[in-house]
Amino acid sequence: MSAPATPSTAPRIVPAGPAPLGTLARLIRSKNAGPFELTFDIMFDDPALFERVRASGRLTREVVASLYHLAPADVKFFVVPAALAFKASIPRPRFQGDVLDSDGHGGQQYAPLIDIVIP
Amino acid sequence: MNATEEVRVISATGVCGSGFKESSLAAGIARKPHFIGCDAGSTDPGPFSLGSGKTAFPVRAIKRDLRLMLRAAREARIPLLIGSAGTAGGEPHVALFRRIVEEIAAEENLSFPLALIHAEQDKAYLKRRLAEGRITALAPAPDFDDGVIERSQRIVGMMGEEPFLRALDEGAEVVIAGRASDCAIFAGIPMRHGVDPGIAWHAAKILECGAAAAVARPAPDCMFATLRADHFDLEPLDPALRCSPLSVAAHSLYENADPYRLVESSGTLDLTHADYEALDDRRVRVRGSRFEPATTYTVKLEGAEFVGYQSIVIGGIRDPYILRQMDDFVARLKANVARRVAEVAAGDPAAGDYLFNVRVYGKDGVMGPLEPIARVEGHEVCLILEATAATQELATTIVSMARHQALHLPIPEWQGLITGVACTYNPAYLERGGLYRFCVNHVVAPDDPYEMFPIEHVKVGAGRAA
Repeated sequence: MSAPATPSTAPRIVPAGPAPLGTLARLIRSKNAGPFELTFDIMFDDPALFERVRASGRLTREVVASLYHLAPADVKFFVVPAALAFKASIPRPRFQGDVLDSDGHGGQQYAPLIDIVIP
Repeated sequence: MNATEEVRVISATGVCGSGFKESSLAAGIARKPHFIGCDAGSTDPGPFSLGSGKTAFPVRAIKRDLRLMLRAAREARIPLLIGSAGTAGGEPHVALFRRIVEEIAAEENLSFPLALIHAEQDKAYLKRRLAEGRITALAPAPDFDDGVIERSQRIVGMMGEEPFLRALDEGAEVVIAGRASDCAIFAGIPMRHGVDPGIAWHAAKILECGAAAAVARPAPDCMFATLRADHFDLEPLDPALRCSPLSVAAHSLYENADPYRLVESSGTLDLTHADYEALDDRRVRVRGSRFEPATTYTVKLEGAEFVGYQSIVIGGIRDPYILRQMDDFVARLKANVARRVAEVAAGDPAAGDYLFNVRVYGKDGVMGPLEPIARVEGHEVCLILEATAATQELATTIVSMARHQALHLPIPEWQGLITGVACTYNPAYLERGGLYRFCVNHVVAPDDPYEMFPIEHVKVGAGRAA
């Protein structure tokens, strides 16, 4: 696999000490993965920050399961070094567009991930 | 494939109707592509399009994109492949695209052989395959039986690349397909030229989203790919856009549950060993992607069934005493509504099956059961009262009674008649029309890749100058 891409030149103020994931990632997002699953992408532009998060052990299948009230077995969890990214996918609590669904594109379900504290 | 041979492809945009720059398309045509492809559908807009037969993008916007693609493809004498016509790719959607294409041909004085590939499934066929045990559930999936097939408004199959290639073999130069795998639009022609299937499917996966794999994409636009036997090169056609190894690798995350394995009818694309290399500051070369052929060919089904009619009332609450007892307020409102429905609609069988729901924005309106902060922390909330019932009249009746009950629902802090909800609109209710839901997440094992997708050949603009 080739080396991860060049970091962005945009300045990012990164706390040296414990920091919420939202201040380290270039993008945290959620989206439908089809009508029946939700998927979360946590993406970095700096290999060092990606490694810091990976080494911390604070972003895991178990953490995502707990934040979204699921059993770990119901969470798909991936580390994607080529994209400097972590990914998690979960069953939708309600199918897309069902009468009680509240987020048709699944785009606003990531907020709980922002506050995960990375040492 | 000859070592020097290559297949060049333009993807006009991520969704037909979302737009692209005319200059980008022209830049792609100057590179002498073998074909133009464009995806026109998705489930992402929700079940309404599949259920109602309507499109998610405006018809005028679709026509603009189709006109530019048709003109370019006809001038260059290359095939134009459109998949998932009209968002959902059912019969009404394919018919709409046929009409738009015929209008454009008449207006532009174009003539060409067109193939329509139908994807809406016959209910008797599906029941037969179900009885044979050849329909299986993906996870998670709603229950699926003869009753669901019968009730469904429409079920479509998602075709692979084979029907596209057959339509071209039979003489079509423009193909309008019903529901199709987004990638199938782009994977077939390169594989036929000898491109490795892993390379062809991976390139297709990126092409189907247009310029989405660029580092930044201020607006939807074209993407260009050059495929050779064991790699492909990607380049956005707008000179202001660029791809980087990171942006292309990251694109495999988007809207996929699994970033490494993408399932198609004929097998699975495996990106575990994909390798991304910068050719310069805007072009990326990709190698190492693999395709594992499936032991059984499967076709994914998508279906929508009618749920009912909905009416809503939008309002807001500012009173801090009500806000601190929102859960209790909603529970008492629901009880009052149930009582009023029983009083007013007694004896109406349709009234037995309604749903009254209250959304509280400012509490858990966005995340519902996933919300970790399920309490009101702000100084106001938005309230949506929502009634879903067998008729529009009944839905409006229920939500109008709910509005009045909510308006004057007493709280212990105040003595006397209060008006506790600010109604945003007059009339307060909005009639939302019919609602649908996705009712299938299953695959069929057909005898071959063609039996579910009849091809219809049409001469467009016949008798006119070419």
